[in-house]
Amino acid sequence: MITLFYLAGAIAVISTAAVIVQTNIVHALLYLILSLLAVAVVFYVLGAPFAAALEAIVYAGAILVLFLFVIMMLNLGQHTREQERSWLSARMFVAPGIMSALLLGQFLNVMSQIDQDMAITRVGVMEVSALLFGPYVLAVELASILLLAGLVSAYHLAKK
Amino acid sequence: METIPVEHGLILAGILFCLGLIGVLTRRNIVFVLMSLEVMLNASGLAFIVAATRWGHAEGQVMFLMILTLAAAEVAVGLGLIIQMFRRYQTVDISVLSEMKG
Repeated sequence: MITLFYLAGAIAVISTAAVIVQTNIVHALLYLILSLLAVAVVFYVLGAPFAAALEAIVYAGAILVLFLFVIMMLNLGQHTREQERSWLSARMFVAPGIMSALLLGQFLNVMSQIDQDMAITRVGVMEVSALLFGPYVLAVELASILLLAGLVSAYHLAKK
Repeated sequence: METIPVEHGLILAGILFCLGLIGVLTRRNIVFVLMSLEVMLNASGLAFIVAATRWGHAEGQVMFLMILTLAAAEVAVGLGLIIQMFRRYQTVDISVLSEMKG
């Protein structure tokens, strides 16, 4: 299980790096699906099977299919690939890369002072649902209202 | 009982977040920017799941559900905006939006 954690983490990092340097948009989308599925495996290893299932269903299933629909609607074909290639030079990665590396370095510095092990206890659907329909029921209602607002505004924005 | 150092999980979340940040800062195609935002949101969800595992509570998973809902709503609105932008400017280049005139 522990080797599975590191393996899935490595796959997630590599495929996410492939997403941000990809010029073909559909390939980038497929790498993103791979990355999200790897993160779902990490969730499963960390003892959160409900979150893993939701990650696979909602993120890799629903959200990325939405992306695919929009890419098909916009009809981004071969010419955008050449345009992407001209936009994406190695020079553009220097400044954001340095800034993000500084941020990550500080984060690693902080993290290196922590030395705690987490024991993997399985927290299943029942415990999460008992919380969702108990003390957090108002948050669930607010989330549903947020989704309704997203639905209405997406309909309004995409309308001609 | 198997154990994983808690900082390894948080470091994975941090690396994924920084990769998403690089994507947001470098790409000019707005669809890629939205995808990188998804990566960043997903990394923050991973941090919550790691915290949930560390304390053995289910609250972190509840927060992950909230982040998932937020990401779904954000993507729906963002893709609607992309469609509208493509109708107006016939391009997915974000630099055409640098001059907003209402």
